[in-house]
Amino acid sequence: MPQLGETVTEGTVERWLKKAGDPVEKYEAFLEVSTDKVNSEVPSPVTGKIRELLVQEGTTVATGTPIAIIDEVGAASKPAPEAKPSQTAETQADRDTAPPKSRDAMAESANVEPVPGFNIPQLEVKSAAASSGTPTMVPPRSNGQREEAALRGVSPAVRRLAREHHIDVRNVRGSGANGRVTADDVLAAAKLTPSGSTTAAPPSEAPRAPSKPGPGNTSTYADPIPGTTIHLSSMRRIIAERMVESRKTAPHAWSMVEVDVTNVWEWRKREKDRFERDTGVKLTLLPFFIRAVVESLAAFPLMNSKFLTEGPSIYVEKDVNIGIAIGLPANLVVPVIKHADKLSIKGMALAAGDLIERARKNKLSTDDLKEGTFTVNNTGANGSFASAPIINAGQAGIVTMETVVRRPMVQDDDSIAIRYMMNSCLSLDHRVVDGYVASGFLADLKKRLESMGPRGAL
Amino acid sequence: MAVATSSSQVLNNVEAVRATLYEALKNDDKVVILGEDVGNRGNVFLITKDFVKEFGTERIIDTPIAEASIVGIAVGMAMEGLRPIAEIQFADFIYPSFNQIVGEAAKTRYRSNGEYTCPMVIRTPYGGGVRGALSHSVSVEALFYHVPGLKIVVPSFPADVKGLLNAAIDDPDPVLFLEHKKTYRLIKGEVPDGHYVIPIGKADVKKEGSQLTVVSYGLYVHWALEAANQLESEGMSVEVIDLRSVRPMDRTAILQSVRKTRKLLIIHEDNKFGGIGAEISAMVAEEALFDLDAPIRRLAAPDVPAMGYAMPLEEAYMSSPAEMADAMREMVKF
Amino acid sequence: MANIPTQVRKSLERHGLSDEQLKTIFRTMLLQRQLDNRGFQLNRQGKVPFALGSEGHEALQAGAAMAFNRGKDILAPYYRDLGLSIGIGLTPYEIMLSIFARAADHNGGRQFPNHYSSKRAGLMSFSSILAAHIPHAVGAAYALKYRKESGRAVLVTFGDGTTSEGEWHESMNFAAVHKLPIVFLCENNQWAISTPLSLQMGQPNIYKRAEGYGMPGEQFDGFDPLATYDAVSRAMERARNGGGPTLLEGVCYRFLAHSTDDNDLTYRTREDVSERRKDDPVPRFENLLVESGVMTGEQVAAMKQDVLYETNEATDKAEAMPFPIADDLYKHIYEGAWEPWQ
Repeated sequence: MPQLGETVTEGTVERWLKKAGDPVEKYEAFLEVSTDKVNSEVPSPVTGKIRELLVQEGTTVATGTPIAIIDEVGAASKPAPEAKPSQTAETQADRDTAPPKSRDAMAESANVEPVPGFNIPQLEVKSAAASSGTPTMVPPRSNGQREEAALRGVSPAVRRLAREHHIDVRNVRGSGANGRVTADDVLAAAKLTPSGSTTAAPPSEAPRAPSKPGPGNTSTYADPIPGTTIHLSSMRRIIAERMVESRKTAPHAWSMVEVDVTNVWEWRKREKDRFERDTGVKLTLLPFFIRAVVESLAAFPLMNSKFLTEGPSIYVEKDVNIGIAIGLPANLVVPVIKHADKLSIKGMALAAGDLIERARKNKLSTDDLKEGTFTVNNTGANGSFASAPIINAGQAGIVTMETVVRRPMVQDDDSIAIRYMMNSCLSLDHRVVDGYVASGFLADLKKRLESMGPRGAL
Repeated sequence: MAVATSSSQVLNNVEAVRATLYEALKNDDKVVILGEDVGNRGNVFLITKDFVKEFGTERIIDTPIAEASIVGIAVGMAMEGLRPIAEIQFADFIYPSFNQIVGEAAKTRYRSNGEYTCPMVIRTPYGGGVRGALSHSVSVEALFYHVPGLKIVVPSFPADVKGLLNAAIDDPDPVLFLEHKKTYRLIKGEVPDGHYVIPIGKADVKKEGSQLTVVSYGLYVHWALEAANQLESEGMSVEVIDLRSVRPMDRTAILQSVRKTRKLLIIHEDNKFGGIGAEISAMVAEEALFDLDAPIRRLAAPDVPAMGYAMPLEEAYMSSPAEMADAMREMVKF
Repeated sequence: MANIPTQVRKSLERHGLSDEQLKTIFRTMLLQRQLDNRGFQLNRQGKVPFALGSEGHEALQAGAAMAFNRGKDILAPYYRDLGLSIGIGLTPYEIMLSIFARAADHNGGRQFPNHYSSKRAGLMSFSSILAAHIPHAVGAAYALKYRKESGRAVLVTFGDGTTSEGEWHESMNFAAVHKLPIVFLCENNQWAISTPLSLQMGQPNIYKRAEGYGMPGEQFDGFDPLATYDAVSRAMERARNGGGPTLLEGVCYRFLAHSTDDNDLTYRTREDVSERRKDDPVPRFENLLVESGVMTGEQVAAMKQDVLYETNEATDKAEAMPFPIADDLYKHIYEGAWEPWQ
């Protein structure tokens, strides 16, 4: 049924001028159709023979409904080319790619300054901030809530500048009308001249050549020179931001246990050469430790959870994804071993080894840095005896492996033996767990570690 | 600005228009001027005085009183290869030619897929402050700047007038050239000699500043500058941008300024609702929201049909330099 | 209704035209009708959304086209001038491209069908707004006079309804004041969509208004292509030679509705139309040519077949062409950039 007018949606077959079996010429009228606008004869689209009439006289059908079948005969008429459908597709695709200027402008302005809550800053995703297990935006940010409230009612420029310079507007004296905090006030608070605009510092790559010391001179984070200023790279800026956030939102408490790792040490010593030969990966104490941590988390699920301001409530994580903090010369990254609870010690060693290798080569992907639920920090690698790390925002705790020292220890039978001793420290979010759970967790961890080895399957 | 010689003259805006038209007529046979009273009378402001003696009645055409066909005939001339400059005696009389401007001139190139074009200029004096009352004071740019296919310029400094009128005459598309009648004799300035062109679509920072961006055009640029100078004596720093072109409009200049000062005040003589300020506000809000330290403000005429003949009515409609200074002061201190 | 007698000529008054020229006129009439019908057929087939017919105008337009000097004169037509457009050189293919709104159309598929534009043929681009093109025609005529280009004139056409528009009046006035080389040709088909002449004007003989403007005016039988040719060629010659403008009125009849979106039975009866159909100019001229021995019956049949073939070929070729693409939307707004913010 053809569309006989722009607003027509249906037509009625008034009278067939042909019957089945009749021949028909292209453009010859073969039926009469009526619509609410016009009545007319409809010409045949092809030359041929009527095979079948599909709609009875007097019936109304929607436009586009098949009304007759005509078998085309003879080479006289070419088949109508499918110009329309492909054109529609082309038009659609072209419509999608033709850029209206406003969209570009919006994207452009969004990427100029990173403003949390308004866009996803490229910089944030690329860098692996220390205490961030989730570089993608997690609205609402529980730790930024109070700050958010303070920023409500100030101008967009003030919001942006306050974020950029880490200024809490509540602490700024307003010189504007009715005591309003102005953009200049924020800049003054950040000790920049009002006419200077903040430029995003370029991400630091290879350390730059050291510059001469002097006022106003700069040097790099990797190579700091006394008397100079280091402009923070975006990564370092975000690390700083994250640390502050974590500290401000989670009340940090701390505990420590002393662990006799002699057996584990032995186990590792026996296995390490063969392991390295077979896999090419070094076997450190780390996978053994993480194995124990994972088991203790199973026993103390609150340690593998997250405080949420909605409710407020605590979400007990289902997955066990262990982040391992890796210190690099100018940066701190925390790649995540996903589903660590499902890995054997060997699996853990390989996973950790791969992540560490790629971290050193700066080849971690955003996926590697996502979704951690608990973090292990090998502070002992550089000789630390005890440390109080800052929790990865969004997690309930962070546990350390301190350095392993050989010490004379009093045994059960009152003899003295030289044992390998290692401290393990726990910073915990006191909103989620109290000492009861935390010390229980640590005690459990100690027990498991002390019962590992000297033999066993990796 | 490309300048042929290093010398210049001080001209007012009438003289600037006149000098530019004269040069155009001399240098290009295809240029003709048509409108009411442009020939023997030499235009009601004497802009084309004595042109008819030098260039003849075929080039300086006194038309019947028929605005629609003044523009329509110019469209036909342009389609057939001439470069007509049509004059509408007062912008208040432009409405009968609305169809020819918006429906025909603006669409000639588009509807013929580029085969026919319409290189023409429509000149008309607009604006108030001359006790022109209801039918000799109106601002019409907002009615036309909406229309793709048209270009609209509103220079108000003599040097800008010359450069932009030259650009309009050279332009291959229809240009509406709005001359603020109060600035005709009031505003004088140095105008370089020789032929030069100011590109259509470029604004001009007439005064640099750091605490507030003021965007304006027409007569009001001059008053805004007066107000800004007043504020300068009070220790405040206001930047004044002369749009000069209303379609296309200079996005770069406005955004650059707003990113520096963080505050935007748009001042125009036309009614506020749906005036040019509305489009500027929308664009800046879209593209520079996070640079704004204050809401965008528009200082414009009240939304009434026109300014009245009685002095208090005209004054109430128009914004004085003092009112502009008040608005600026408030924003700087915000 | 205009009251001129329409009579079948007893003998052929050639007005200086050769046999070839007479056949050309007839072929133009046949081709106009065929292409015209094709637009409607395609619409009824659901292939094009809109068609606008010109049945009844064939004689007037073919006769006027014969009086037009190709390559010299300028035509400023309106949307019912299919016959004039092909008469001055547009091809059936170009006509069909317009109907199918393909990218290769002169207007890039932007305009309604029948809104032609061709610098090659001297056909000025126009919009759907009645009378808006008439000042353009006057401006073009002014340019011809200004450049002292004698031997060239503008032919501007319009329907009876358009003469009510202010811009028609302003154009007539200006053309007379400046004695411009232009012919105002009214194709009076008695109807402006549904408005009959009696509601459109106080003076039913449009040509009589000419005196009011200070130019000569003439009325002729628009169903007679040769009477048309006579009137138009004399007026065009006068214009070309600096004699100034003329108002011509060709009386014909609109046999079809205004367009595919109009149902003319709401304002006139089938009997009215069929009564006027008796004077259908196409069979009338055919009879005249055959009776005068200019063409034989077989030649006529062959010509009709040839016209059908030409139409079919043009239809198929145009239908196979691609539509414009979305990116085309942004072209030809200005010579330069289209963005309002720059």
